[in-house]
Amino acid sequence: MTEAQTQIPVTVLTGYLGSGKTTLLNRILSENHGKRYAVIVNEFGEIGIDNDLIVESDEEIYEMNNGCVCCTVRGDLIRVVEGLMRRPGRFDAIVVETTGLADPVPVAQTFFMDDDVRSKTKLDAVVALVDAKHLPLRLKDSREAEDQIAFADVVVLNKTDLVTADELRDVEAAIRAINPSAKIHRTTRAGVALDQVLDRGAFDLKRVLADDPHFLDAHDHDHDHECGPNCDHDHHHHHDHDHDHAHHDHDHHEHGAVSPIHDVTVQSVSLRGGEMDSKKFFPWIEKITQMEGPNILRLKGIIAIKDDPDRYVIQGVHMIIEGDHQRAWKDDEKHESRLVFIGRELDAERLKRSFEACQAA
Amino acid sequence: MPTVAPLDLDGHCVTASFLDNIPFFALADGTVHWLDHGQKSLKLHDGLLSATTTAKNDVMISGGEDGKVMSLTAAGVAEELASIGKKWVTSVASGPQGALAYASGRNAWVRFADGKTKEFNHPRSVEGIAFSPKGMRVGVARYNGATLHFPAADGTPTELQWDGAHTGITFSPDGAFLVTTMQENALHGWKLVDAKHMRMTGYPAKVKSLSWSAKGKWLASSGAPAAIVWPFSGKDGPMGKAPLELGTRGNTMVTSVACHPSEDIVAVGYEDGMVLAVRFADAKEVLLRRPGKGAITSMAWDKEERRLAFGSASGDCGVIDITG
Repeated sequence: MTEAQTQIPVTVLTGYLGSGKTTLLNRILSENHGKRYAVIVNEFGEIGIDNDLIVESDEEIYEMNNGCVCCTVRGDLIRVVEGLMRRPGRFDAIVVETTGLADPVPVAQTFFMDDDVRSKTKLDAVVALVDAKHLPLRLKDSREAEDQIAFADVVVLNKTDLVTADELRDVEAAIRAINPSAKIHRTTRAGVALDQVLDRGAFDLKRVLADDPHFLDAHDHDHDHECGPNCDHDHHHHHDHDHDHAHHDHDHHEHGAVSPIHDVTVQSVSLRGGEMDSKKFFPWIEKITQMEGPNILRLKGIIAIKDDPDRYVIQGVHMIIEGDHQRAWKDDEKHESRLVFIGRELDAERLKRSFEACQAA
Repeated sequence: MPTVAPLDLDGHCVTASFLDNIPFFALADGTVHWLDHGQKSLKLHDGLLSATTTAKNDVMISGGEDGKVMSLTAAGVAEELASIGKKWVTSVASGPQGALAYASGRNAWVRFADGKTKEFNHPRSVEGIAFSPKGMRVGVARYNGATLHFPAADGTPTELQWDGAHTGITFSPDGAFLVTTMQENALHGWKLVDAKHMRMTGYPAKVKSLSWSAKGKWLASSGAPAAIVWPFSGKDGPMGKAPLELGTRGNTMVTSVACHPSEDIVAVGYEDGMVLAVRFADAKEVLLRRPGKGAITSMAWDKEERRLAFGSASGDCGVIDITG
């Protein structure tokens, strides 16, 4: 191509009927941000979506013919995105709205596995709308509700006015138990600031985890405020501190806490280690994603490679894994590695043991 | 020396073709332009997704984002043939005896010359649709294979199974073979008399353009840095035979192919907008058009075998006169 085409960002909205998905979508479409959206929906719903460009498509999951059961894509999205991208002047971004029963994985994988889609668009974030009142029930009766939370980069915990403070705390703990790395926003009427939902770069290796100060630092919470697991305010100042507290390693967030609501089938495994031997780490992560791919919903990590001045960032969906140098380690940053797996039937002990064995001598 | 008469249009060209020797260019925005004593145009759809030409080259059939199926004659007369509401009409095909077919989602329709329509529902999406050149038979590309319908008769369709998503479909000109493009970088074929499989693999990219050579002896395809041309003259098609690789270039991909109507020559369009003509016998290449602004998306020869219409993803279309 002689004309470089910019990749159009794609936001995926998941959530059950009644979770506030359409309300959020209509806010995205109507607020005065100067951006035009193409919206892809599974079916035209009861509540109208106020937009010029809406495409209805039948959910069509295609298994790739490579023997891997988790390598699935959405054939309908490939077709619709290809059609939309022939007239790129009409919109600046795409929102894919899925039904409550939709599996978010093939939706996301479409943007990595199909070369044409990948060259023209980029997945920005998966946003899950959750109804605070009804989530406990949903989690009991459906795997999809759990999957949507497990897979989300952003969880909008909506309708918080319909529950008590205790109920809200329990619901949030349940979400946190399923997905320790998602950002959680408590809202009523889906009133989350749109910049917390759009342009997140959640799959962009240059940005993934960059705005999550909790992810790597276990030592930066002796400060003046209590931040809950849903804290989303700016913590960048932590990185500029010059006081020495590098060694108190108090467990601030017990991310893996078991939910009081429900024994979830999705678990997360958080691994922490020192500098890694590249000759051991890369073959290991390759093997883990090959063997455990079907059980891994998401993985994210920041890796310190021995003798490498840069932070190495990886992220993955099932067997698809991407990694790149992100930025140089800052002088006051401890060179440590952190990797989080979200999935099912993960052998935490074995993952921990084999991960730690990749550490440089 | 070939000469190029450029036609700079605004937007992605879905289909370039000739209707009664007049070059037509159907754009994704729904506008069709043609060159008949000057440039003419008509807004045919609000968003055009697919277009094809009848075997007689007298009518263009198109499907749109507006849920409409339209026809357009060489004289520029448009007619609405069908309207299915808000859903996209993603593929259209033209068949014998004035029949045509179109598809949207999991449904396909065949419309006969007398205006009667027959609907076919499928458990999975119809990704591509094509008529057999002989008899009233329609092939549908779908997940895990292809389905053959016989719309003039009632009866059960023939199912051809092959795992994977099949995205496009074509019959050989003699009706003996059925070939599909796949979501994977491969073609799949069936010999229809015994449903024997033909796997055609090794492409570095998805195959989006197929063209049968004169009398169906060869099938040319895109999806590689060269036009991959499979031999179909034997009774088992290309099985056990290597394809020709014509017009190989190191730094770009073939995006469109169009075989010459009578000779064993293929026009090859590339991602950078270049067009070559290549002879099968000795792989000799002739430059027809230098690189342009966008990938070549569609090409067609005229009946006099003298001119080639081409369209691009960026709208820099044109007509090449190979006699100069």
